[in-house]
Amino acid sequence: MPNINLDGKTIEFKQGQTIIEAARDHGIEIPHFCWHPKLSVSGNCRICLVEVEKMPKLVIACSTLASEGMIVHTKNEKVVAAQNAVMEFLLINHPLDCPICDEAGECKLQDYAYKYSVGESRFVEEKVHKDKRVALGPRVMFDGERCISCSRCIRFCDEIAKDPELTFVKRGDRVTIVTYPGEEMDNPYSMNTIDICPVGALTSRDFRFKARVWDMSSTNSICIGCSRGCNTEIWVRNNEILRLVPRHNEDVNSYWMCDHGRLNTFKNVNADSRINSPQIRKDGQLIEKSWDEAVNEAVSKLKLFTKEQIAVIGSAYATCEDNYIIAKFAKTVLGTGNLDYIRHIDPSFADDILRTEDLTPNSLGAELAGIQPSKSGLDIQGILNAIKEKKIKALYLVEDDILEAFPEFENAIAGLELLIVHSTNHNRSTALADLIFPAATYVEKNGTFVNVSGVVQRIHPAISVVEQDRALDGMSMSRLDKFGTKWDRWAAGKKINALPTWKILTSVAKAMGSKIKFNMAEEIFAEMANSIDAFKNLDYDVIGELGAKVKSEISNNVKVS
Amino acid sequence: MEMETPTKRRRIKDLNFWEKIYVPEIIKGLALTFRTMFKPKFTMEYPEVKFEPTGSYRGRPVLVQEENGVERCVACGLCSRVCPALAIEVQAAETELEKERYPVKFEINMLRCIFCGFCEEVCPEEAIVMSKDYEMAFTNREDAIYGKDKLLIPVGKLQDRIGFLRQYK
Ligand code: SF4
Ligand code: SF4
Ligand code: SF4
Ligand code: SF4
Repeated sequence: MPNINLDGKTIEFKQGQTIIEAARDHGIEIPHFCWHPKLSVSGNCRICLVEVEKMPKLVIACSTLASEGMIVHTKNEKVVAAQNAVMEFLLINHPLDCPICDEAGECKLQDYAYKYSVGESRFVEEKVHKDKRVALGPRVMFDGERCISCSRCIRFCDEIAKDPELTFVKRGDRVTIVTYPGEEMDNPYSMNTIDICPVGALTSRDFRFKARVWDMSSTNSICIGCSRGCNTEIWVRNNEILRLVPRHNEDVNSYWMCDHGRLNTFKNVNADSRINSPQIRKDGQLIEKSWDEAVNEAVSKLKLFTKEQIAVIGSAYATCEDNYIIAKFAKTVLGTGNLDYIRHIDPSFADDILRTEDLTPNSLGAELAGIQPSKSGLDIQGILNAIKEKKIKALYLVEDDILEAFPEFENAIAGLELLIVHSTNHNRSTALADLIFPAATYVEKNGTFVNVSGVVQRIHPAISVVEQDRALDGMSMSRLDKFGTKWDRWAAGKKINALPTWKILTSVAKAMGSKIKFNMAEEIFAEMANSIDAFKNLDYDVIGELGAKVKSEISNNVKVS
Repeated sequence: MEMETPTKRRRIKDLNFWEKIYVPEIIKGLALTFRTMFKPKFTMEYPEVKFEPTGSYRGRPVLVQEENGVERCVACGLCSRVCPALAIEVQAAETELEKERYPVKFEINMLRCIFCGFCEEVCPEEAIVMSKDYEMAFTNREDAIYGKDKLLIPVGKLQDRIGFLRQYK
């Protein structure tokens, strides 16, 4: 491979790479505002100026192709002077908004002002004023004064969201961003512009002013909005989720996620509809009970039915580990083969960017973990019909809302003799349940999901439920989590009394005399890796933060829709 | 190196005769008391008489309230971040005013505050200053958490401190 010399170091590059890309491949960052690895090169911000020997002037590293034998300097006197000059220009009209700017703390302009500028301005004149607080669309707010005109947002809409909505207008120091006349920036991916905007010119209307970035903790997770399983970070303060942002994973979602996933997949976690304790129905009223009482109630009720009268419904929202235990519980403890899960398919949600028609994160994982009817067992439609015909009298429903999915069966389900539900929030099904176990949401537990293309990915707890302790359970901690006490209002966030489905089911199984016993989700996965071909040779370390492919012949054979 | 031999300490039992009979010592003490009785007083009959500190005094931190009733604070959270005792909690929210952002909740836990004045020093808006108030008493933890109701003080009453800051900060 051809080489260039970068600050005295010889590095290889691939033909067609620019200097900035070649350097990045070797872990050397050349400063940049407007360049983004997934967008076309614009070359307008000039902070990536470098010196190439034998070239008459400094060149921009983002658009200069590397070529054999090139000698590049990124840190010499000339380059440092140029970087300082660029910073001074950028800051001439930049407002002193940091105190009210949501970007503060994660702002490239702030960071570079420290790294690449001497920190002195010679500009004493009045700064140019532009429109502030402009809603570009339903989800994105724009501040004209903070914009450094890098055009990343424009290029994102054109090239990634494939929906040109933004453009520059005016010239010189009056240049600003507007939407095309009569248009809003409302494409389904619009909020990614907030992440890639190097400054606080674009901010989230949902997250606006909710918290300072340095007061939050961040935990790696996976979006549950659809079966793409975009990699995310969950940002939490005082045990409350305040925002989700995408995390880079080239094999799954690149740098992006859709607005639906970003906004609509976590609000239920702190909602009033959360179920905060096991509940048993007595004379039509739900009454809060202890875990032991609820487990005993479940056992004594389940024992009243024969295997043929019971059906179990797993969940494509639950983890592989949960579903593995559900399947094991159904087959070995209850002895029933009436086992399936509910599909949530909406072709209108799919696009050719990220979104898929399957609105659950783990259909493939649920099936691989064993959520399938046995040969003589009933599938979901069979179960519903049998409930209607009163052949099935007891239903064990896990983490899904059967009434939402099949409202036409409301009467049939109301006629069940026993309905046990694991649920995170109250919904139409819990309204009919005889016994409710509060289930931990995907942000409160460990586990794995298998996405649409067969990548197993891990989720981690970001919010602690009653049984967890952030420090003892190794969860990520913000400064406030580390130093807060129970007397500090800013550290006494609400904790829900819920457990992951696999934990609830192992206690029910144990009370029914079964030997199923696991202490951690990881142990369940280890057993799955031993007993299920698709997960062979995988463990939590192999999956890591970026996922691992399940054996492909298998994932191709399982048809989800 | 040669060790120094410790000099022998004078001990109680080594008192001389005059010291042993105490009388001259008592007279010396009474003379001091007597002299002081005729010097000017510098103690105060607190709480009947209150001590009025100068602008350099660091009493409890308060929020500056402009003449129109609005707090200067823009809820940037820097005071909360810099506070070494984690005494300050700020929750920002949006306002229609030009400043865009204001503290919907601002609480200082006076049991945590150590009166260092860092919050005042870091504030970009001169919105939190150390007042002259040193009277804080509470009988439970909850009462020690001062909200906006107790923290907001009209700017007119804070002129001494603001003047001091402008001169020396
Ligand atoms: S964009 Fe960055 S530098 Fe500009 S006001 Fe916001 S935080 Fe400060
Ligand atoms: S709004 Fe942000 S991304 Fe768009 S041009 Fe301005 S600085 Fe760049
Ligand atoms: S595309 Fe799917 S997985 Fe990705 S963010 Fe949107 S809903 Fe979530
Ligand atoms: S530093 Fe000043 S402006 Fe910022 S939150 Fe504290 S008091 Fe308000």
